[in-house]
Amino acid sequence: MVQRYVMSIDQGTTSTRCILFDARGRLVSVVQREHQQHFPRPGWVEHDATEIWRNLSRIVPQALADAGATAEQVVGLGIANQRETTVLWDRRTGNPVGRAIVWQDTRTDAMLEQLAREPGADRVRKLCGLPLATYFSAPRIRWLLERTPGLRERAERGDVLFGTIESWLIWNLTGGAEGGVHVTDVTNASRTMLMNLRTLNWDDELLEFFDVPRAMLPEIRSSTEVYGTTSRVVPGIRIAAALGDQQAALFGQTCFAPGEAKCTYGTGSFLLLNTGPTPVLSTHGMLTTVGFKIGDEPAVYALEGSIAVTGSLVQWFRDGLELIGSAPEIETLARTVEDNGGCYIVPAFSGLFAPHWHSEARGVIAGLTSYITKGHLARAVLEATGWQTREVVDAMNADSGLALSTLKVDGGMTADNLLMQFVADVLDVPVVRPMVAETVSLGAAYAAGLSVGYWPDLEGLRRNWHRAGQWLPAMDPARRDSEYAHWRQAVELTFGWMRPAPAAAAPGSDLVEVLLADHRRFEQLLRDLRNAEADRPALVAELAALLVAHATATERIVRPEAPAEPFADDLLAVLEGDDFEKALLRLENVVDAHVRGEERGLLNELRRSMSTSDRTGLGRAFVAERRRQLDLDCGAVHHVRELGDRLKL
Amino acid sequence: MPGPIQSIERAAAILRLLARGSGRLGVGEIAESLELAKGTAHGILRTLQGVGFVEQDRDTGKYQLGAALLHLGTSYLDVNELRSRAINWADALAARSGEAVRIGAPLEGRVLVVHHVFRPDDSLQTMDVGTLLPLHATALGKVLLAYDTTLKANPEPYTRRTLVTQTAIKRACAKVREAGWAAENGEMISGEAGIAAPIRGHGGIVVGAIGVSGAAERICEPDGAPSPRLLSQVRDAARAVSRDLGASRW
Repeated sequence: MVQRYVMSIDQGTTSTRCILFDARGRLVSVVQREHQQHFPRPGWVEHDATEIWRNLSRIVPQALADAGATAEQVVGLGIANQRETTVLWDRRTGNPVGRAIVWQDTRTDAMLEQLAREPGADRVRKLCGLPLATYFSAPRIRWLLERTPGLRERAERGDVLFGTIESWLIWNLTGGAEGGVHVTDVTNASRTMLMNLRTLNWDDELLEFFDVPRAMLPEIRSSTEVYGTTSRVVPGIRIAAALGDQQAALFGQTCFAPGEAKCTYGTGSFLLLNTGPTPVLSTHGMLTTVGFKIGDEPAVYALEGSIAVTGSLVQWFRDGLELIGSAPEIETLARTVEDNGGCYIVPAFSGLFAPHWHSEARGVIAGLTSYITKGHLARAVLEATGWQTREVVDAMNADSGLALSTLKVDGGMTADNLLMQFVADVLDVPVVRPMVAETVSLGAAYAAGLSVGYWPDLEGLRRNWHRAGQWLPAMDPARRDSEYAHWRQAVELTFGWMRPAPAAAAPGSDLVEVLLADHRRFEQLLRDLRNAEADRPALVAELAALLVAHATATERIVRPEAPAEPFADDLLAVLEGDDFEKALLRLENVVDAHVRGEERGLLNELRRSMSTSDRTGLGRAFVAERRRQLDLDCGAVHHVRELGDRLKL
Repeated sequence: MPGPIQSIERAAAILRLLARGSGRLGVGEIAESLELAKGTAHGILRTLQGVGFVEQDRDTGKYQLGAALLHLGTSYLDVNELRSRAINWADALAARSGEAVRIGAPLEGRVLVVHHVFRPDDSLQTMDVGTLLPLHATALGKVLLAYDTTLKANPEPYTRRTLVTQTAIKRACAKVREAGWAAENGEMISGEAGIAAPIRGHGGIVVGAIGVSGAAERICEPDGAPSPRLLSQVRDAARAVSRDLGASRW
């Protein structure tokens, strides 16, 4: 019987790989070629799309030759690609318009700041699931159209085409200027900022906002369907799937059901959680994205949280501090001690990202004493990756209402046993490593094989996936909680390190605005509570938590000298008293008095006596403390009682 | 007893010369200082470069002491480094063989399990990393014993098949060196078997062992000899890891 294979192409940021897999999902041959990174100016990163295409034309025949296979033996080709990288090319000649602008490129920074102030900016996230940030494609298209003379007219006529890398490769493989197919897959389209997350079509409002002509855009297709057949390089292979690389890893890790998640641990790390058939908009700064779409079935969505500094912290420990000779040695050093010795490292090297989003934060090493050795520092470095994973998982659980049950991991750092055990310990769920480390390539292969019927269904794919290793949580819950509290305390120390210029302060972080917003929320909740048919227990719980958090943060951050108003007894009566209506009325009066008093007195005093940047700094600290209190479930009855007792003293 | 070997004496002289002064010399300067023919000096330098004891500057062509020489005192391979370099090969071995894979390195007279890949059948298995195994009763241990004379087995009996005399262990080690692999069959746990081969680092020094283990009826033929298919897969994996670690000849 003739052996049949699935071909997978992983077009990544630094290299392009072609891998053949057999029917059991095992790797048969691998060929890889790196391409050049161009850095024409600070913050600019470019690739030559022609070079990438040339590399592909070399590695595909080579991978077939290495396996001793012909094109007829390949049942289908799947592509996984670096996401968001933007290519524009001429439909007639097939030549790219300039170099491709890579996802890491920050040239659209200033343009985005301007766009954020334009009408409609607040709708962008709701429509496409993404915040205005330099990663995504639409701002780059606009940048190119604005700065290249005559380009906009050509794009409007449809003479110049846009694509992310998979579009560019599919177009070329299916004939290029002679009949190439111009398509993109839905996961890649979901990273452009131009696709409506719900309709999965290009969105007129977004096209208008970014001023991108529809004529230049590819057709959006499913992740698994046959887009066409190759007519160049190795003719006759069906192109059967395409996915962005992180989505391909999600697929390769067989996270097919809601609540399943994978984390790829590299220089930085990417955690994706399958949230099922409806998009979940995050209130914690996670990205909402399409996970995959199989043929005609409904799309499956995912939440994505990225951690900027994980492996790169180990690299810094090696190259910056020179405490180890190679990255794996960090585990050896960390094992010279029993624990972190009370030391925590928060690697906010260029600010804190999800779920904190403090661009002004900078890193700290907290808890230093003369007891700390380099072994403790090594532990703190590894633990930083564990805690950052925990923060992202907590935020995702809160956003999605799903509770993560297992974390599937891949990437270079999974070779670190101490780290993987720590991740399992702090997440309190099993951490599982798959047998095939190449999850991105495998995901593209799975999708292609599924698309052409080489594998019958998702269950068939699951049977190919095997555990190579598993770490079970073993940390005492009390210790987990106290360590997490210390970590969060260390995180708070990083806030507000870089003082923003007054004009640059983000809206909503001024202390006065923060306090006012809390007051308005109190009033809203009290108003809603008057309605006897409302969900009173939920409203009371929210009000109680917010009141206690607000009062505690005020006491700690704003005026440590003045005691908080004694509202605890009245709140307690609302929480568990006999006469709800009467207790509510009394609480309304107390809160109302507080609001009036503070808005006439304290707030005016703050406006008068403090600079904007000081108010912003305090506002951030207030928000952080309030969030810490809320996380501690500060509205619970026993906490309210404690607070009441404290205030009476 | 043969006399001193001239080329080794000359190599030592070259290293001493490079350790002196600025430490960067061209092949002509070295040949002149030691009154050697340029071709002879060049041949010795190339050999020393091959083992990492000298390095050649790409731009000037001059020679200096190599990094391998500076780390001579601490030339053991970090076990976490070993795992990280071997992880892909160990996964591939488990996928091809269908058996659990373990990598071992010596620690305090026993075998430390440095890496463990589950048998790919998704049955319930627990991570063995960090476990200590006996040297004389496991395939991994016998490989380590065979190539490191400083190691000493404590021949406790585990089963009726365990090798319990130093003579028997010595004889087994000689066989391992001859064959290039080791096997165990019911020597630690009845009915359990294993096959292992050496992982070599720079210069061919054995730094660890990689092997498969599991139920004897899967690992061995009916006559008790290790399965030839598994044996060749284990040896291929060991060679692949060794090549990655810089052991060129194996």
